[in-house]
Amino acid sequence: MDNLLSIITFIPSVAALVLAVFLRGDDEAAQRNAKYVALLATGASFIISLFVLAGFDPSNTGFQFMENYRWIIGLHYKMGIDGISISFVLLTTFLMPLVILACWNVTYRVKEYMMAFLILETLMLGVFMSLDLVLFYLFFEGCLIPMFLIIGVWGGENRVYAAFKFFLYTFGGSIFMLVAIIAIYKTTGTTDMAGSVNGNGLLTHRFSYQTIDVLGMPIKGGLQTLLWIGFFISFAVKMPLWPLHTWLPAAHVEAPTAGSVVLAAVLLKMADYGFLRFTLPMFPVGTQILGPIAMGLAVVAIIYTSLVALVQQDMKKVIAYSSVAHMAFVLVGIFSATQQGIEGGIMLVIAHGFVSAGLFLCVGVIYDRMHTRDIAAFGGLVNRMPVYALVFMFFTLANVGLPGTANFIGEFLILVGAFQVNTWVAMFATTAIILSAAYALWLYRRVVFGDLIKESLKGIKDLDLREKLIFAPLIALTLLFGVYPSLVTDLVGPSVADLVNDVTAAQAAYDPAALTAPMQH
Amino acid sequence: MLPFIVLAPLAASIVAGFGWRYISERGAQYLTTAILFLACLLSWIVFLTFDGHTQIIPLMRWIDSGSFEAQWSIRLDRLTTIMLVVVTTVSSLVHLYSIGYMEHDENWKEHEHYKARFFAYLSFFTFAMLALVTANNLVQLFFGWEGVGVASYLLIGFYYRKPSANAAAMKAFIVNRVGDFGFALGIFAIFYLTDSVNFDVIFPQAQIMGQTQLHFLWRDWNAADVIGVLLFIGAAGKSAQLFLHTWLPDAMEGPTPVSALIHAATMVTAGVFLVCRMSPIYEYAPAAAMLVLVIGATTAFFAATVGLVQNDIKRVIAYSTCSQLGYMFAAAGAGVYSAAMFHLMTHAFFKALLFLCAGSVITAMHHEQDMRAYGGLRKKIPFTFWMMVIGTLAITGTGLPFVGDWLFGVPLGFAGFDSKDAIIEGVWGADGAGYAFWMLVIAAAFTAFYSWRLIFMTFFGAPKGDRHAHDHAKESPLVMLIPLGILGLGATFAGMIWYNSFFGNHADMAKFFHLPHHVETSIAASHGGSAPTVASDDAPGAKLAESTGQAEANVPGIGAIFVRDENHAIDNAHAAPVWVKLSPFIAMLLGTLAAYIMYIRSPALPGRLAEANRPLYLFLLNKWYFDEIYDAVLVKPTLAVGRFLWRWGDGVVIDGTIDGLATRVVPYLTGLAKRLQSGYIYTYAFTMVIGITLLVTWMTLTGGAR
Repeated sequence: MDNLLSIITFIPSVAALVLAVFLRGDDEAAQRNAKYVALLATGASFIISLFVLAGFDPSNTGFQFMENYRWIIGLHYKMGIDGISISFVLLTTFLMPLVILACWNVTYRVKEYMMAFLILETLMLGVFMSLDLVLFYLFFEGCLIPMFLIIGVWGGENRVYAAFKFFLYTFGGSIFMLVAIIAIYKTTGTTDMAGSVNGNGLLTHRFSYQTIDVLGMPIKGGLQTLLWIGFFISFAVKMPLWPLHTWLPAAHVEAPTAGSVVLAAVLLKMADYGFLRFTLPMFPVGTQILGPIAMGLAVVAIIYTSLVALVQQDMKKVIAYSSVAHMAFVLVGIFSATQQGIEGGIMLVIAHGFVSAGLFLCVGVIYDRMHTRDIAAFGGLVNRMPVYALVFMFFTLANVGLPGTANFIGEFLILVGAFQVNTWVAMFATTAIILSAAYALWLYRRVVFGDLIKESLKGIKDLDLREKLIFAPLIALTLLFGVYPSLVTDLVGPSVADLVNDVTAAQAAYDPAALTAPMQH
Repeated sequence: MLPFIVLAPLAASIVAGFGWRYISERGAQYLTTAILFLACLLSWIVFLTFDGHTQIIPLMRWIDSGSFEAQWSIRLDRLTTIMLVVVTTVSSLVHLYSIGYMEHDENWKEHEHYKARFFAYLSFFTFAMLALVTANNLVQLFFGWEGVGVASYLLIGFYYRKPSANAAAMKAFIVNRVGDFGFALGIFAIFYLTDSVNFDVIFPQAQIMGQTQLHFLWRDWNAADVIGVLLFIGAAGKSAQLFLHTWLPDAMEGPTPVSALIHAATMVTAGVFLVCRMSPIYEYAPAAAMLVLVIGATTAFFAATVGLVQNDIKRVIAYSTCSQLGYMFAAAGAGVYSAAMFHLMTHAFFKALLFLCAGSVITAMHHEQDMRAYGGLRKKIPFTFWMMVIGTLAITGTGLPFVGDWLFGVPLGFAGFDSKDAIIEGVWGADGAGYAFWMLVIAAAFTAFYSWRLIFMTFFGAPKGDRHAHDHAKESPLVMLIPLGILGLGATFAGMIWYNSFFGNHADMAKFFHLPHHVETSIAASHGGSAPTVASDDAPGAKLAESTGQAEANVPGIGAIFVRDENHAIDNAHAAPVWVKLSPFIAMLLGTLAAYIMYIRSPALPGRLAEANRPLYLFLLNKWYFDEIYDAVLVKPTLAVGRFLWRWGDGVVIDGTIDGLATRVVPYLTGLAKRLQSGYIYTYAFTMVIGITLLVTWMTLTGGAR
């Protein structure tokens, strides 16, 4: 089995094709079949990805399960994973069956809905596996289409505005990356990340950092800085980073529950992956020069969006703004370029994948029942929904980074990393532990606690079996990784160590003064 | 045995919380209580048989990221054993008491199940607290720290239908998070400097930290001082010290057993424990230690003044707790860590006793908490009365000065007499602590006043308030009275039993805490002055390796606490003049006398005094207006800024500018929306394919490197 990665990636698309070709009609039976096909395909993809995990050697920091085919004119279909990408791949394959389960109650155009998610999974997995810039760009951009449809067709009242906002922002952002890719190709003559036999890939290529003049302005770090900016803008929109974040609350609010889950849990993470796969290793000097600015923006984002989350009236908006803050946290970790910061970043990516999914599903549960996301419409749910109250409490506490959950490991390691680089960044980022507690508990209190007095809520039902089945694995893994995070850090550790060493070496070559020890041991 | 003590309450909590349907609510209560008593028994065995040698029992890997390594493990040393017996003893008694207290809770309807949940929370709290005190690294300590915070949040908000309870729970959690903010930064700083979060690695480097400059924010600071201050911010949050104390009185919204266990005896003392645990750092951080001393002493005074005028029985005891915690911090800040731990231990007994007695009074009085509606209860609930008197004798520090010392070498008195006097004398013995000493002495007088005022208002005089409640007031069931009796024994004898271990002569203390002999001259003599306290230019690592090899050298990390050779506070305290040793006693007498005059002899006097000094009275009654100030200065502006950023920042500036173009484009596109489901998207996909094709073609034409 040389093509495991391709198999994982394309099983969902094949299923989508099967649906398109063979499934006829829109009656109940057809809808059910569509859902089962989708569940089966995503489940199969997940199970095979576990085989990849079993065959993966964490101590080998190179790319594994490599596939390389000549594709159209001079381009290569090149896939492979290392310790960093495998965690993103597994996160995706693990979440997708739950996402399919989460849309079990949808009745509108079910076949197309399932197809959109299946194709989206293929594209997302492609993003995390491609080792060729053009291939990556195709997958990265391709994700826009199914997501655009999911919001625009199956979304809420204002879905069209949200869908276009989502589309325009992210599309506008990726143009910069496209230009950067073209520039890379022009200077190096390749778009191959990992290189062929003699290691001539872009990851080991040293891009020039001689100061150059652009329109009479000297640019420190030269080409590296310019390319860094191109990639950064694209990823910053995707992440999204303040002040480019306003598309996300809009998109989340209008997206259907399953769409929100994919968006928060996987789609945003493509940006974090991009920073780790491209920005850091290819442009270490660019990172050294502009990374502090990125971290500054992230710090602003953390405080700004946490404050905004505090005053929202819409449940989904609270969680959406909280997502923005957490993604900014990840960025701080990654750009600290320390072992702890990056491992914490990856940990938080995973943890936020579980927990934001859980929170959006929690909103979905009561939205399905009451058809409103307005916080004021709820209150006292614990009286009729004790299991729901427990689940929501768990995700709320995980979201505020309680020790014992994976989120704590992520946030804590990120801050440990940040402190080594800049105490201002660490200090401001740490305020998030106060603010997140405020907005998360305030939301919970208004929705769940109190007496149940609203007439409309008197008949509301607690979680059913399907909903419990979706939540259970999310809770289990959040706890497992919180108590035994070595499952993740052992997997990503060697690759991250390699990355940190490369980046540090390159940065030291540019500016040796940047490295000092705090205290003699 | 130790892993069982720590983990069994967790298991009991899970079974009670999730499995009570199978074992019944009664079963859940009995299970958790039985497990806790077993853990308590084992803890006492550990405490009494412990030889002083630090042991580390690894349990499981935890965080492992580069050089950052933290394990799940149990550190067994004297501090741990003290906390083990304190936590499990009070917890098991509170479990037992709660079986009676929660039997018929009027906040719940007849058919509702709440008991198993309550016991699950109590046991979970106990687990988190034990994880905290047994931690061998700062991250596990932080885990327990936040864990007890969550348990506290859940238990304060236990009556989740009451808005006031929900508000208090949130307030407790968020204010604690302000403290955690400092604590977390302290941990980061320690890791940055020592490359470790494990105590056995950190402590030997304490001295070097004291000589290192750390660039934190805008300037360089003494590293040990920065860390000491940051950790103390965390400690102040958890232990309700001045500026971060506002959550504790509100936390009284929780059921009374919770107040006894969490908000009096155990969780709120975690901050004191943290400072004592980190004694090696505070020994080398004079500025931070001074801050601890001043804040502690000021809190002791401040909280006592507020306690003077409160009328809610639980709030009086809450402010009393706040004040007593101030005493402990003052001791720790003065470098008399053992006295802080001593008071922590005795306070756990008598304060839990006072709270549980208050609970008994409240149950008897049909959940009335206003002392102005009490009066004359000593005949109705005599056992509670006598136990509460014992608690009061203990907290006010009642005893006979000099008699006991002369007869059996231990001060003769109730527990608080021994431990509080130890603190006051210890603080007197520390350098530059005149302010703190007087604050504590004055606070001792106030303590006696408000404590006896509580007794007099509750148990003496004519019955006031609801007649019906008074007529039906009756003694609590045995299951609630037994814990009172046991705690009463502790409040009476704990001080005299352990006085010498905590505050005795060098040999006793050294044995108890496994301290290297605190004999300055012998070290200097036998090692030619190369003791590690002497700054030198040697490579620090080599010097440490050399000195740790010498068993009797006084280096941090060997015993449970560390006291520098230069720290003579305890010696000075033992040699304190008579007036110093008598001053807390006299203060206590004055406070008691004042309470007696104002609440027994001439009950009209307090009202007249309040009338005559109305501004002062209101100032105290409103707790120095901290809540109001915080609301105006912090809470409201924060929300306003949030609203501003949302409406104006996100709405006007960002969407306005970045969408500036889009605002024209989007409506146009919205017009196209009708075509969304009829092929518009395919146009986009098609366009993209063309774009990519062009890109590929261009690449092939220009490059073609392969």
